[in-house]
Amino acid sequence: MANQISDETIEYVGILAKLELSGEEKESARRDMEKMLDYIDTLNELDTDGVEPMSHVFPVNNVFREDVASNADNSEDTLANAPLRKGQSFVVPKTIG
Amino acid sequence: MEITRLTAVELGKKIQAKEISVREAVEASLDQIGRVETDINSYVTVDREGALKRAEQVQAQIDEGSLAGPLAGVPVAIKDNMCIKGMLTTCSSKMLYNFRPAFTAEAVVNLEKAGAVILGKTNMDEFAMGSTTETSYFGETKNPWDLRHVPGGSSGGSCAAVAAEECFFALGSDTGGSIRQPSSFCGVVGMKPTYGTVSRYGLVAYGSSLDQIGPIAKDVTDCAAVLETIASHDRKDSTSVARSSYRFTDALKDDVKGMRIGIPKDYFGEGLDPEVRDCVLGAAKVLREKGADVEEFDLKLVQYAIPAYYVIASAEASSNLSRFDGVKYGYRTEHYEGLHNMYKKSRSEGFGAEVRRRIMLGSFVLSSGYYDAYYLKALRTKAMIKQAFDQAFERYDVILAPAAPTTAPELGKSLSDPLKMYLGDIYTVSVNLAGLPGITVPAGKDAKGLPIGVQLIGDCFREDQIIRAAYTFERTREYERPQIAKEGK
Repeated sequence: MANQISDETIEYVGILAKLELSGEEKESARRDMEKMLDYIDTLNELDTDGVEPMSHVFPVNNVFREDVASNADNSEDTLANAPLRKGQSFVVPKTIG
Repeated sequence: MEITRLTAVELGKKIQAKEISVREAVEASLDQIGRVETDINSYVTVDREGALKRAEQVQAQIDEGSLAGPLAGVPVAIKDNMCIKGMLTTCSSKMLYNFRPAFTAEAVVNLEKAGAVILGKTNMDEFAMGSTTETSYFGETKNPWDLRHVPGGSSGGSCAAVAAEECFFALGSDTGGSIRQPSSFCGVVGMKPTYGTVSRYGLVAYGSSLDQIGPIAKDVTDCAAVLETIASHDRKDSTSVARSSYRFTDALKDDVKGMRIGIPKDYFGEGLDPEVRDCVLGAAKVLREKGADVEEFDLKLVQYAIPAYYVIASAEASSNLSRFDGVKYGYRTEHYEGLHNMYKKSRSEGFGAEVRRRIMLGSFVLSSGYYDAYYLKALRTKAMIKQAFDQAFERYDVILAPAAPTTAPELGKSLSDPLKMYLGDIYTVSVNLAGLPGITVPAGKDAKGLPIGVQLIGDCFREDQIIRAAYTFERTREYERPQIAKEGK
């Protein structure tokens, strides 16, 4: 039952997770994940047929409000945290070729 | 008088009675921080000037009679995953090494309104992922009872700061035991309220369906008073619950006559340290002698809580932590080629090993092809665990259990085997999965002199039951202080 994670899967998960892993890190990520999944597989002993997945313990409904600003403009405080800014904008690398 | 040994509520009374000024209280905490912090490292940030300035404002409001609550003027420490406008908020991660929020978490706003004085931000496992506070980017926190041991985690800084009397109380957050386990390891009282009781607005999210903010203090009275202050229905948190009453201090009654207390047999088997077992069962005996009906029962499904928890928590973490991309705040890598490379390098360099591990696992269990087998399976298991608790609470008012299988491990012994570390969460994670309230109260010490806590779990919205049981138990023993706390003045 031991899980085996292929190179392609680790590569794919790295893309989903937006993480760049070195060769060594990939190896350790694979070992960690295989070990965890072997353990998580104990859930398969449990018969969950017909049980609804529960994402929240209480019924959660959408909370609506009027679309009226309740806070003041604090764009300066927000922009102050930018790693790189230009005027009132965040600077990012070129995204369109 | 030794100010730092007072509880928060005792100090608040003395401040109202003008026996102690707010400035004296703040200075006492700052002095104690100065004395012990190099040994313990509870704090990431100490805001000395801000606290002293705030002390003057609060004192003026107390003097003019506009602030009369139990926490007015009482110094508090806040876990570093709660935003405070303008104050460094790091989540103990390199990723947020320079982040100063533009707003304040609702729970902290509620404390500020009540006149509590914020001393600073406490150390934690990076993004609250860990059980020892050793995954912090800013170095580990040490256990005030024995500096060779961990304080537990992830709210290890908050619990150590309370135990070492570097603050009068603290806020922590609990996703899988992160308030209750370190409270047990540090010999203090820590409480996780029912999900939805305290607003999560401004709490940096880890596992949103599990996260709750709660109080950490020297006694149950403080915890009830703090919870009464921070709990609120907040429209800014869509999972916030409007409760019928917020008067948690009404439950502070020294009386458990007729209270039905269940002890899950499945919690006392293999893996539980015999000293912890004897101590926790000793607490059950005390409550029986005080008039509670105590009996053992089978809770069931206990062995499935940890695998279900790690699937759900990692899945939510992988989604929640996608916002850290080096664009709007926090760490951005120096050298990069293009947008995606910038994202990947910033995240890989900014997150530590444990955070990367959980993001990877979470991304995997949510990916197409594995979603049903892992994520939905875990949510189905969660439903069954909730049902098992529902059945238990038809028969019992309170469930009594250990908070952790052992006392605090030595520093450096836990991180090499993540799975083994995760297994230490066996008695706490199911409470988060089921949304229940839980409290840890000191119950004794092991042969090494390290504290052992007993955990009391209640049904949803029944904080009153666990507060009453915890208060009654607490009245039977003296609060014990670590030596390092006594060296204060």
